[in-house]
Amino acid sequence: MKAGAPEKLIIDGKRLDGRGIEEMREIEARIGVLKRADGSAFFRFGNTRALAAVYGPRQLHPKYLQDPKKALIRCKYNMAPFSSYERIRPGVSRRSIEISKILTEALSQVVFVEEFPRAAIDVFVEIIQADASTRCAALNAAALALADAGIPMKDLVSSCAAGKVDGEIILDVAGLEDNYGEVDMPVAMTPRDENIVLLQIDGILTKEEFEKALDLARKGCKKVYEAQKAALKEKYIEVDEDE
Amino acid sequence: MSSDFYELGENYVKKLVSEGTRLDGRGFKEFREIKIETGVVEKAEGSARVTIGNTQVLVGVKMSLGDPYPDTPNEGVLIVNTELVPVASPTFEPGPPDENAIEISRVVDRGIRESKCIELEGLGVGEKVWIINVDIHVLDHDGNLIDASALGAIAALLDAKIPKYDENEEKILYGEPDRKLPVKDVPVAITIGKISGKLLVDTSLKEEAALEARLTVTTNSNGEIVAMQKGGKGAFTPEEIKEAVSISIEKGKEIRKLLGG
Repeated sequence: MKAGAPEKLIIDGKRLDGRGIEEMREIEARIGVLKRADGSAFFRFGNTRALAAVYGPRQLHPKYLQDPKKALIRCKYNMAPFSSYERIRPGVSRRSIEISKILTEALSQVVFVEEFPRAAIDVFVEIIQADASTRCAALNAAALALADAGIPMKDLVSSCAAGKVDGEIILDVAGLEDNYGEVDMPVAMTPRDENIVLLQIDGILTKEEFEKALDLARKGCKKVYEAQKAALKEKYIEVDEDE
Repeated sequence: MSSDFYELGENYVKKLVSEGTRLDGRGFKEFREIKIETGVVEKAEGSARVTIGNTQVLVGVKMSLGDPYPDTPNEGVLIVNTELVPVASPTFEPGPPDENAIEISRVVDRGIRESKCIELEGLGVGEKVWIINVDIHVLDHDGNLIDASALGAIAALLDAKIPKYDENEEKILYGEPDRKLPVKDVPVAITIGKISGKLLVDTSLKEEAALEARLTVTTNSNGEIVAMQKGGKGAFTPEEIKEAVSISIEKGKEIRKLLGG
């Protein structure tokens, strides 16, 4: 165990912040939070806050990147310098480049890219405050911002993290669990078809533990989806749901 | 949108101003609605979200320990940085700060530094001093970024608390505030734009397309000038400059009240 770690992260089935093993932090989702962007959204898991903006479809430069058959989705993830206790140096890092790539790939699954040949759809995500699961919050905000921009999509993307702390499989890793837990496992799914569009694991899990974690993350993604749907409905109240 | 559209818009703005009105019907010395919220990022030592109309700026203050300047060994160090993040505008791109971002940083920095509002003296810890990073994150661009950024910066500094420092462990205890950052004055930057030979405050993005020149005047609580910056390709007459200064002092007083200063 690392230095400075608390003795236990789970005491009598309760986590340090009082949550149960399968309990998520408070979720907040809002859309249309920025005026200049074509679409925008805010998503929060407890103290983790993400803000996403969509610009496009718009002309894609440089031209050689243009695809005559479809639009190119470009997602950029960035952390505000003040989002963490240790100031984040502005600019790209290896971490932000990797996260941007996997977010781009996850979003490319759900957008009808064939509708906009040669175009670019830019999705920018700013992490305003980081307390674990920033990539999940980023993706949840990004999917909502795309929907807010009116971009045709097959489905939303809903994301949350499962993990392993003190030997227990838990949902929505946060706070000290992120620093001293054993496993962090962000998952993103298309909520209707339950296709997994993002999956990462940092840490050791048995096959059984993994299956349990995946099942838990699935439940978490459903909860995220409900919050996303509610945010969309709040703004577009006149739209009937066909489910 | 084609450049023709912008030109048309630009000419329309000029025509309106020459007739004594503005696109959104405001008076020439009238700001859009200003909202200031502080303590919006818990992990930052100080933070503020400022909206002026549809312009939105988020400012965070982060503190760390570092080396002082050799000539001021016991003084804290102020660093202002601006990021025009791409969420804010279709013309902002990811990457290192461009000249516009750097100008904002430097104009805001000058106002804070020259007003001597932060008591930097005494911000030493042993050989080290507190480094005060003021990070301006522009989230929504609808004009007048300098005033919004400067307002956000001073609001975040007024909100800032110095974290505790564990001398034995040589560790900053983030999240455990020790005392308020000593801020004793409230500099306010007011930017005056010149359109069709008229002077206006708080120009919106559409108005800025028609901007001939601008002058940012930062004043302190005594109504003294602490910093100035002229921008834009056009020029001002000496009379216009004097009028701009008077407007800045007057508007500065009004806006300082929003900060309880």
